Amino acid sequence: MTTESTAAEPAASSEPTDVDSTAAENSASTGTPKSPRALARARKRQSLARFWRAYRSHRSGLWGLAALVLIALIALAAPLLAGADAQSVTDTPGGPLELPSGEFPLGTDQFGRSVLALLVWGARVSLTVGLLAAVLCVAIGTVVGIVAGHFRGWYSTVLMRVTDWFLVMPTLVLAIALATVMDRSIWTVILAIGVTTWPTTARLVRAQTLAVESRPYIERSRALGGGHGHIMLRHVLPNVMPLVLAQTTLVISSAILTEATLAFLGLGDPTITSWGGMLQDAREAGAVSAGDWWYLAPPGIAVAVVALAFTLCGRAIESVLNPRLGVSR
Amino acid sequence: MTAESTPALVQSADTDGGPAQPGPPAARGPRARNTRAYLRYTAGKIAGAVVSLFAVLVTSFFLFRLIPSDPVKQMTGGRPVSAEQLESLRRQFGLDLPLWQQFTDYVGDALTGDFGMSYQFHSPVIGKIAEAVPATLLLTGTAYALYTALGIWLGTRTAWRNGSRSDRFHTAFALTLYSVPSFWLGLLLIIVFSVGLGPIPGLFPTGGLESGGETGFAYVIDVAHHLVLPVITLVAVGYAQTLLVMRSSLLDEMGSDYLTTARAKGLRDDLVRRRHAVPNAMLPTFTLMFVNLGHVVAGQILVETVFSWPGLGGLFYQALSVPDLPLVQGLFFVFATAVILANTLADLLYPLLDPRVGR
Repeated sequence: MTTESTAAEPAASSEPTDVDSTAAENSASTGTPKSPRALARARKRQSLARFWRAYRSHRSGLWGLAALVLIALIALAAPLLAGADAQSVTDTPGGPLELPSGEFPLGTDQFGRSVLALLVWGARVSLTVGLLAAVLCVAIGTVVGIVAGHFRGWYSTVLMRVTDWFLVMPTLVLAIALATVMDRSIWTVILAIGVTTWPTTARLVRAQTLAVESRPYIERSRALGGGHGHIMLRHVLPNVMPLVLAQTTLVISSAILTEATLAFLGLGDPTITSWGGMLQDAREAGAVSAGDWWYLAPPGIAVAVVALAFTLCGRAIESVLNPRLGVSR
Repeated sequence: MTAESTPALVQSADTDGGPAQPGPPAARGPRARNTRAYLRYTAGKIAGAVVSLFAVLVTSFFLFRLIPSDPVKQMTGGRPVSAEQLESLRRQFGLDLPLWQQFTDYVGDALTGDFGMSYQFHSPVIGKIAEAVPATLLLTGTAYALYTALGIWLGTRTAWRNGSRSDRFHTAFALTLYSVPSFWLGLLLIIVFSVGLGPIPGLFPTGGLESGGETGFAYVIDVAHHLVLPVITLVAVGYAQTLLVMRSSLLDEMGSDYLTTARAKGLRDDLVRRRHAVPNAMLPTFTLMFVNLGHVVAGQILVETVFSWPGLGGLFYQALSVPDLPLVQGLFFVFATAVILANTLADLLYPLLDPRVGR
């Protein structure tokens, strides 16, 4: 019973025409009765296929996805593409601050390391921090949002007060303050970003939870004896997930920008090469006044491309789930 | 991502704190009832703001007590100092008292505008902050006015011609600039237009507010000259948000019946847009404008740092690098207060613009 309803609901919430296909599938399967589990799996596959068909029609979303796949592959293959010792400052292959050439397509930094190789290695940090911080942010936001939307009374009020309060705090200032008081490490950066950005997600999820909880099937579930945990996990969460997915994608791009900012301020892990850290190194090496554009331009472009790719994907997902938004294709 | 935060904020304006249930029936008719409902709504919002301000005070105190290193050691900068000297420094900055007493002293002082002495400059924090405020207001205020106007104008244009080539171009361009780190754009502008790249000579100063030695009209020109690059950076990174919010809320209105009615009356297309569609679509943008207004004071830490602008953001960066505890605390409080005040102002004005709120 419950597996069936959880699988069908996300699709039903996003597309009302789902009823037809379900009915057609039921009549088709009358010949050989399928187990509820198999039916649920088939429905899940169907709704994924439908999602992909809708997503495919958003051209900018496809560009974003293609860029992400490419960058993820580059990040995974960093040791092969750039060499494992590309980040070492001893025995560097080139002289300091060389102009772009055949050997070093993007020139070298002040230690003589290849900027291109550093850029490839930096992709790992950016993607890791972006993904993990977004997951942390969305996890906190989803829990707070669902709990605040499900329960009435004073602790819902308190939760939303706390959320509101985090919402008015200047995010970057709070993240910088947190990163300052903790040790310099990649986990600090992830924590600082995740802990400061969740309120938007919490508000969004709470609104969706309230909408879901007003539907009749929640009342039915409650009448059949479904407890708080059952309703929140089996009914509300699956219906909130699509929204959360879109939100995660959008949060990743801002997390990547914040990571670059923190690293630029010298609050990142100094032992790891990241794009923001490269910009800080470049600034400290006097690349700005010397006009060393080949050292400064690539990390920023890389940050912008990744952030833009995630934004495009997020907007495409959002407009698939909510066609009323009118996002351009 | 910010386009998503705005509806949430709008929602906060109409669900929280405001009296959802109508007040008791008043004898003097609906007008008196409305006034009373508005007063109650106002009182609730102001009370909420006061609670938030106190929470900020508490956070700014305890957050920076987490710093593991001894501030006195930081102050002396590793020079050999005797134990007595350290002790007297501690006493001078009140660091020898128990934590709760430091806290009550801190709250009491903060309420009178006293945030203590800066470790770094050995002068009152509030003085350093007051010195930096005008520069920040000049820079971010100018940028704020420009990017809000640009965002609203372009947002309206793109939504009205939804799907056209110019819509696609402007949306893509704005999204791209939105993904660019502001400090990087600033550095790049410095390289190209201040240092000079290839055939381009150095047109603008690399940073600061003034060259010094100018007076009168020449001084104004000089400051304006210094303003150009940081303002361009802030506008480029900032206008996308307003554009996207304006665009999506206008698109929401596009199919409305009242627009068809307005057209049927024979109104010209741009009059339909100016008098009917845009005023209705302005509400979410209005919320965003106030959120951004709070951040005008918070300044742009990165852009001010990159352009060595003598404002609050640059001061925050300097304070962090020491770390100069009282100065960081004071600035944190000022930044958060500005955002809270701007949001409260938006909450109070909102019912006047949208009668559905706060009734």
